[in-house]
Amino acid sequence: MRAFITVIGKDKVGIIAAVCVLLSEQNVNILDISQTLFQESFTMIMQVDMTQSSAPFETLSERLTQLGTDMDLTIRIQREEIFNAMHRI
Amino acid sequence: MINKGEILQTIEMIDQQHLDVRTITMGISLRDCGCADMNKSCDKIYDKICRKAGNLVRTGEAIEREFGIPIVNKRISVTPISLVAECCEANDYVPFAKALDRAAKEVGVDFLGGYSALVQKGFTVGDERLIRSIPEALAETELVCSSVNVGTTRAGINMDAVRLMGETVKKTAELTKHQGGLGCAKLVVFCNAVEDNPFMAGAFHGVGEPECEINVGVSGPGVVWQALKSAKGAPLDVAAETIKKTAFRITRVGQLVAQEASNRLGVPFGIVDLSLAPTATIGDSVADILEELGLSSVGAPGTTAALALLNDAVKKGGLMASSSVGGLSGAFIPVSEDAGMIAAARAGRLTIEKLEAMTCVCSVGLDMIAIPGDTPAETIAGIIADEAAIGMVNSKTTAVRVIPVPGKSVGDMVSFGGLLGEAPVMPVNTCSPAEFILRGGRIPAPLQSLRN
Repeated sequence: MRAFITVIGKDKVGIIAAVCVLLSEQNVNILDISQTLFQESFTMIMQVDMTQSSAPFETLSERLTQLGTDMDLTIRIQREEIFNAMHRI
Repeated sequence: MINKGEILQTIEMIDQQHLDVRTITMGISLRDCGCADMNKSCDKIYDKICRKAGNLVRTGEAIEREFGIPIVNKRISVTPISLVAECCEANDYVPFAKALDRAAKEVGVDFLGGYSALVQKGFTVGDERLIRSIPEALAETELVCSSVNVGTTRAGINMDAVRLMGETVKKTAELTKHQGGLGCAKLVVFCNAVEDNPFMAGAFHGVGEPECEINVGVSGPGVVWQALKSAKGAPLDVAAETIKKTAFRITRVGQLVAQEASNRLGVPFGIVDLSLAPTATIGDSVADILEELGLSSVGAPGTTAALALLNDAVKKGGLMASSSVGGLSGAFIPVSEDAGMIAAARAGRLTIEKLEAMTCVCSVGLDMIAIPGDTPAETIAGIIADEAAIGMVNSKTTAVRVIPVPGKSVGDMVSFGGLLGEAPVMPVNTCSPAEFILRGGRIPAPLQSLRN
């Protein structure tokens, strides 16, 4: 199963590192990362493959949300299908 | 590969523009639950609902989490209870409503619809018993919704049923007066009712439907409103195209959720209902869309035309996005559930007569309208008859869900809580239709040719 993780918020040191560590602990493979900074607003989009993930979707989602709360960021994970459904025929 | 802009657009639609799936509704046939012994029949109903829908809420929540899209309601619709209850000997059907309420609470759904009867051509004994029990049934349950179909294009209008429903609405308000007549918010009177509607309060699982199925209702007035802002001042055909594209996206989400729920629950997918269902939240309003099209207020001359454009474009955009479209499919205009409608009604810019005209071109009818508590039953029946006539002649579904709020008069506000919102009590024409209503009988089915 593939999913997109989006991180939105104020830029600071260690955002990518923290997300990557969490994903690595759960054996989630990162397929693609892009990041932009507009003024001080940080946006990162990450495509991941969860096929080998050691945690179920729910647990991973909760841990990412918690990380977001700890770092004062909004972190979401959503299955890829919703984006395909909305934007591709 | 999906690009960054598309991902962020999706998130913005969900986060800021209130995109959601309004409901996953499981339709369950209760035709095998009839029994001469009422208690046994109630037990069978309770057991079957719990068995079929036991995982509905949990599954809905899992889908919400994984796709990151809110699914606001999980609901159940059942076979019209008059059909199930009829073979039992009891005169009072309220215990059936209580069994439905218990089952709905046990499985954790938000509402259950189907305390219903279809009487467009006449009453059976069971139909009449059910209708007479509606006020008490709605007063003594929380989650049960009721609907009665009083007319169709093929059968005409059963005016005895219309009269009875005028009285039923009034009595329901009276029995729930401590809640502002809340019972009436759970009671719909239909013409041309559809059998696969996932929306409340009018959902029931029709006799032509399978044993069990999943129907999904989408929403998203806020998304359409935002999209139209980017087409400000453009000709109306450009606005219609913008709405179509947005409706396509919204419906694709509904289709995805419906397929996923159907697979996980092992229940066939029925339909996606392409409706723009507003909520009282700011920015989630059908009235806002009409005003974005250029009306200074909903209710202004031009409102019906703007709504016709919106309703048609939503259907055209949505149709290609789903493998099976059904239900009510159109823009809803419930007054108490739409911040823009509430504001216009409060200011006197939107009247019941204008709302009635609007129902000629959209789904579904005079919906969630508070009227003075002293409105006579015959006047309510007159409102129902007018609305049913619009549905009958135009071959479309129409409905009436009005609340004669006990003890309140024009200008007072009444709050129903949650998605049901709040509404100003609107003035009703005080000329009496009593003599017309008391005639009873039937209005014959209309001609299907020479349609001018």
